[in-house]
Amino acid sequence: MHRRAFTGSLISLLAAAPAMAQSGSAPTIPEEALIQPMVLAAILKNGNPPPLLQVGFSVMYSEAHIPGSIYAGPTGTEAGVEKLKAAVKDFDTSKPVVIYCGCCPWVRCPNVAGAYRTLTGLGFAQVQVLYIADNFGADWADKGYPVAHG
Amino acid sequence: MAKRFAAFLLFLFVLPASVSPVRAASAPAPLMVGSPAPAFVRPDLSGRPVALKSYRGKVVLVDFWASWCPPCIIAIPKLIGLQKQHAEKLQIIGVSMDDDAEAARDVANRFAFNYPLLMGDAKFGHRYGGILGLPSAFLIGRDGRIVKILRGEQSPGELDRAIQSALRS
Repeated sequence: MHRRAFTGSLISLLAAAPAMAQSGSAPTIPEEALIQPMVLAAILKNGNPPPLLQVGFSVMYSEAHIPGSIYAGPTGTEAGVEKLKAAVKDFDTSKPVVIYCGCCPWVRCPNVAGAYRTLTGLGFAQVQVLYIADNFGADWADKGYPVAHG
Repeated sequence: MAKRFAAFLLFLFVLPASVSPVRAASAPAPLMVGSPAPAFVRPDLSGRPVALKSYRGKVVLVDFWASWCPPCIIAIPKLIGLQKQHAEKLQIIGVSMDDDAEAARDVANRFAFNYPLLMGDAKFGHRYGGILGLPSAFLIGRDGRIVKILRGEQSPGELDRAIQSALRS
């Protein structure tokens, strides 16, 4: 019984591996690049925020996103990385830019690490990554921070 | 007079929008335990229609998942096992929140699914109160009302307990 359960878990872990391995893991992002939801919400409230990019999945973006954020993902895929590159091609690389996903728990997110690496690789000096511990619902929308739909 | 009317229109439409720009008209209504489960009829990945109401009398688990969500994929063998174990009394319905059906089909081909898989979208998610993170699942009682909302990765046994409890009631 235990062996069967172990085998089942192993198979499902292997099946999940492509999603986990696509673009590294979010915890590899340097801590100093993280921005907490409360801090970003305060910046939004004060007006004139830096450009915001949602680098996750389009269905999730359509459901809910930070007002004013641009959809540029999913950066766990090559097509998504190209979309991100296209989205930032006219940005000033010396200015801050904020990226976020929130599709799933931080340690499982297949998108933010790839997006961070892409932007730093393009020469962006101030890439900030919104730290979403569990998901966009629990860590942003449910806290009462601004949300747009569609 | 025309100016007054224009001002009235401004007050009626523009001002409320500027006061509450966030969760304006399109914000989903929250779905609570005890609420009737939102009805749906959607084709599964093979094109066969799946209607929630056709499972009335059974406990139903609507599982929102996606191919890019590792905890969702890890849970699939468990869900297949639960569907097999409680075939007469439980119906699991998987709703993929993938951006395209191909990604969902790839996963469907990797497991021996014994429950239907449908494609979801933002509209579907809104009807279930907004699916703003995965995994998310809704356990629906035999009477068609939500008995439990499971958000995020569940600890081992938590899903079992929730289903057992719903099956007993």
